Amino acid sequence: MIDLYLSLPIWVQAAIKGLIAIGFLIPVAGACSLAERKVSAWIQGRPGPNRARAWGLGYIPILGPILQRLGVFHLMADGAKFVFKEDVVPGHVNKFYYYLAPLVALVPSLCTVVVVPFGAYFDAASETLKPLILADVDVGILAVFAIGSLSVYALILAGWASNSKYPFLGGVRASAQLISYELSMTLSVIPVFLWVNAPGPEATLSLFAVVESQSQAGLFGGMWFVFLMPMCAFIFLVSLFAETNRQPFDMPESEADLVGGFHTEYGEFKWSIFFVAEYAHMTIGSAVFVLLFLGGWNPLPWVPLEPLIAGLPVWLGGLLGAAFFLGKTFFFIFLFMWVRWTLPRFRYDQVMRLGWQKLLPLAIANVIFYALAIAVIERS
Amino acid sequence: MIQPAQPDLVTVYIDGKEIAVPKGTNVIEAAKMVGTDVPHYCYHEKLSVAGNCRMCLIELGMPMADRATREPIMDPETGKQKINWIPRPQIGCGTTVVPGMHVKTQSKMVKECREGVMEFLLINHPLDCPICDQAGECKLQEQATGYGRGYSRFIEQKNVKPKRTQLGPRVTLDDERCVLCSRCIRFSQEVAKDDVLGFVDRGSYSTLTCYPGKELSNNYSLNTVDICPVGALTSTDFRFKMRVWFLKQTDSIDTESSVGANTVVWSREGEIYRITPRQNDEVNDTWMADSGRVLYKEVQADNRLKPSSELATSVSAAASLLDDGNVAIVGSGRSSVEEQFLTAKLAKKIGAASYVVGRHGEGDGILISADRNPNTRGALVTGLISELPTTELSQLAADIDAGKVTTLLSVGEDLTAAGLSDEQLAKVNLVYVGSHSNATSAAATVIIPTLTVFEKSGTFINQQFRIQKFKSAVPGLKGAADDRVVLASLLEKLGDEAKGSDLASVWAEIAETVPALSGISYANVPKSGLLIDGSAWSGLDFPEGESLHFKPATAEASA
Amino acid sequence: MSFKTVERKPLTLAERTYVPQILNGLSHTFKKMVKPNETLEYPEARPPIPEGYRGVPTLVKDPNGREKCVSCQLCEFVCPPKAIRIKPGEISADADTAHVEKAPQEFDIDMLRCIYCGLCQEVCPEEAIWLQNVFSVSGYTREELVNDKERLYELGGTLPDEHFKWDKKKAAEEAGNGAH
Ligand code: SF4
Ligand code: SF4
Ligand code: SF4
Ligand code: FES
Repeated sequence: MIDLYLSLPIWVQAAIKGLIAIGFLIPVAGACSLAERKVSAWIQGRPGPNRARAWGLGYIPILGPILQRLGVFHLMADGAKFVFKEDVVPGHVNKFYYYLAPLVALVPSLCTVVVVPFGAYFDAASETLKPLILADVDVGILAVFAIGSLSVYALILAGWASNSKYPFLGGVRASAQLISYELSMTLSVIPVFLWVNAPGPEATLSLFAVVESQSQAGLFGGMWFVFLMPMCAFIFLVSLFAETNRQPFDMPESEADLVGGFHTEYGEFKWSIFFVAEYAHMTIGSAVFVLLFLGGWNPLPWVPLEPLIAGLPVWLGGLLGAAFFLGKTFFFIFLFMWVRWTLPRFRYDQVMRLGWQKLLPLAIANVIFYALAIAVIERS
Repeated sequence: MIQPAQPDLVTVYIDGKEIAVPKGTNVIEAAKMVGTDVPHYCYHEKLSVAGNCRMCLIELGMPMADRATREPIMDPETGKQKINWIPRPQIGCGTTVVPGMHVKTQSKMVKECREGVMEFLLINHPLDCPICDQAGECKLQEQATGYGRGYSRFIEQKNVKPKRTQLGPRVTLDDERCVLCSRCIRFSQEVAKDDVLGFVDRGSYSTLTCYPGKELSNNYSLNTVDICPVGALTSTDFRFKMRVWFLKQTDSIDTESSVGANTVVWSREGEIYRITPRQNDEVNDTWMADSGRVLYKEVQADNRLKPSSELATSVSAAASLLDDGNVAIVGSGRSSVEEQFLTAKLAKKIGAASYVVGRHGEGDGILISADRNPNTRGALVTGLISELPTTELSQLAADIDAGKVTTLLSVGEDLTAAGLSDEQLAKVNLVYVGSHSNATSAAATVIIPTLTVFEKSGTFINQQFRIQKFKSAVPGLKGAADDRVVLASLLEKLGDEAKGSDLASVWAEIAETVPALSGISYANVPKSGLLIDGSAWSGLDFPEGESLHFKPATAEASA
Repeated sequence: MSFKTVERKPLTLAERTYVPQILNGLSHTFKKMVKPNETLEYPEARPPIPEGYRGVPTLVKDPNGREKCVSCQLCEFVCPPKAIRIKPGEISADADTAHVEKAPQEFDIDMLRCIYCGLCQEVCPEEAIWLQNVFSVSGYTREELVNDKERLYELGGTLPDEHFKWDKKKAAEEAGNGAH
């Protein structure tokens, strides 16, 4: 099957990969929105959505009721609702950019997913672990950051194209916040790559390499970076919350207290695209965090995946690796939600102060500290 | 201090308040004059005193005087004459005032007496206020709140008496509720002069009943329901229809005859439930005839004329008919003074002859007179007619036959009943302004539906030349117009200067043009009516005989 | 006005990082999450109705099946929003309960007007109207939300009677207290 795939023309391969990316991210985003409702309900002591029942599926014994309790049909109904709602466009908007903005929001998340490995399989031919990845490019993390930071344009565009005050202010809030935290985020991963790469031309920014370096033998070799560099992980996580506009940093939207935000003038399907983009963003952010700091597909610290799956069939090994990885990612997505229903929102000046006056100096100090530390260790 | 005795005034002291009252007044009335209420059941100011309920007990005292010398004995402490209080309570209704009499109506003994009487009265009372029609206007309820015990010490079974006896066609009796005051009996004897009621059996078994083989069927039987202080006598018509506390009371006048008994119309949300008499000591005391109490049914009668077109359209149609020159107008002795005035004005305007249909019956010597029009005097006073109306309009019939009258306006009168034949009606253009359909409305070219007396306001002049007001009790039938408005707009259509059709404007005009009514306005006619000078018509031979508070002029002259 | 200056302890470093508080909060919400739900899943589950609950006003019958209301219209009178409409009627003389004489012909309670104040129950001299445990009323039209006599009895059912006032009265009648 792999041979067949490899024999296809390159553009067909690309199309298949693209479809995989879309086919993976959009359902995950949808499931996230349902999970969000359920998690919020459980935290608030409610059952959450559990009423809707579709004919057919909903009446299958046992499965039907379970799906119903889980609110799956609510998800379907919501999805269908977004598609079938009347498409209202306010008269005062700049139509072209107004329609463009949601697409622009979706593109970065769909692009970044291709460079994120979501598992590994044991390649018997080369006796090595190969990443399960759509595009195994060497720039890895750089691609994620470069493309991911484009999403801010969507917000600005939406705010501006809406041609009214609240969305515009929301867009400005969003851009200021995203730019502020991008710095700390980028700085926080530098020590990781300093550690992963020995000096020389062989250096790589590939995320696969980061996981590989967490799968070696020895105390430091098998140690996940979250233990090795907790400060980096902390700064990365905080920035991630800010970058994905999640509580306590959901300034760009702010729901009722600051009136919507950049998508105030959006509704129906266009709005739901923003929604999907946000969850996709969150999913990729979580994935990157898992790769960088939580050992990717390695089941436990000091327990690498490779020996576990070496004897298994390729497909099973690959599946196992992907399962470990996705499990961790989903935990992170849950963490995002858990935090959302626990913490109150920051005030905007606090967001700014935290970003520039606390997090950025901390990140710089962190880089210097680890740079020195790594230099010392490597010398010895 | 005893005031210098005026010939017909007696000075008494009620709860220390000094008051001079006419001779012959009893203590209940005297107390009423100082604003003190002495509770009572059997006493009724328009009936003889029976003194059998004992509710009106009071303490009585006379200034002390030395028996031998008749010197007043003074109380050294207060420096006033000592009062000799009678140790037993006395009934207030049966005690006529004498000079210097002292009365206590609020003392402890009086209060205890009242409580005792109440307890006895309630022993066998069924306490079925929830189903009793009198609830809300029941004297027993009222006094029970003041002097009731609140619970019963009587644990034995109560007496059971007949619950729904038909005393007559209109009166239902619940004997359990009767407090044996005998008001109804006295009324039947003294006012209705139809002595059919009485008590049988003794003690707590005493029961009100009709004389065997007779029934309470006289035309005044429902007054017994009004005066019954409890819910024993109930009106079969009103029974279980509506609780009285929902009803709105509107002053009105009985339109049965020229007596003009004062009434109250009780209505709720545009529906009339009953009519009761309103006290007017110059006209009807506190009575009225049964026949007048069912008149409200005409408001929702099946033959009510319903509007078929806009008022303006029908008025224009009527006006164009009335413009033809050979018009006669039949006004009505049932119309109000205002309407008659406007009718007369209309007749003058178009140069029409005007008639009123007379209605005669037999007077019963009480509150129904021989003239069954409530407002014949009004037609005379406003100049609608100058002679007494006849029951047959033979002159008009002749005029129609002779072709002298080609257009006829009838204000609520059925002309076939007044002797006009269908052929005669067919010969003329007929305009009918009235509230109910009849042979005349059937023959009419233009019909303008109007209101009944319960839906409009106005005045009537009764046999005593007393002008009395009635007020609209319920909103008018939808689309039907007030007769006054119809007549005024007809006048306007026919080229008269618009003067407004509201009562105040019409009265301003009346006061100006009608000599007998000058200086009067609707607003200043008092509740009990206003006597006007009727001497200008004393030459006419009115049909009324003697009745309550009325003596015909001839009788007076001969008396 | 007097002011009281509250001494505030300076924050410790841990407090200033805010991290322990966040963790504390997270543990709290997590505990809440695994706890059973606080809410009831209406309409399958219904809250227990406490004694003396004031639900929809209903008309009740006594244990012998006699309609207790005698259409005294006190409830109609007392009802603050004028939700009650009664047309009184007479019980025919050959009915079993002829001695009660009066019963409603029509009895409507407009649930769009009713404010569930319970004054009607309070005022009823016959203990015929009760606010019971029905608390949800719904309908598609205004007319549906006017409970007529039949519906009111259906909602009300039978309640125990402590007095049997009318039965006692009938007994007295039958015991021949009227004869002498
Ligand atoms: S029926 Fe009424 S008015 Fe007649 S005696 Fe009895 S209580 Fe008095
Ligand atoms: S108060 Fe009671 S008895 Fe009276 S009408 Fe209302 S429900 Fe019936
Ligand atoms: S509960 Fe209150 S508002 Fe409702 S019907 Fe009874 S008296 Fe009226
Ligand atoms: S009122 Fe005097 S005894 Fe009845």
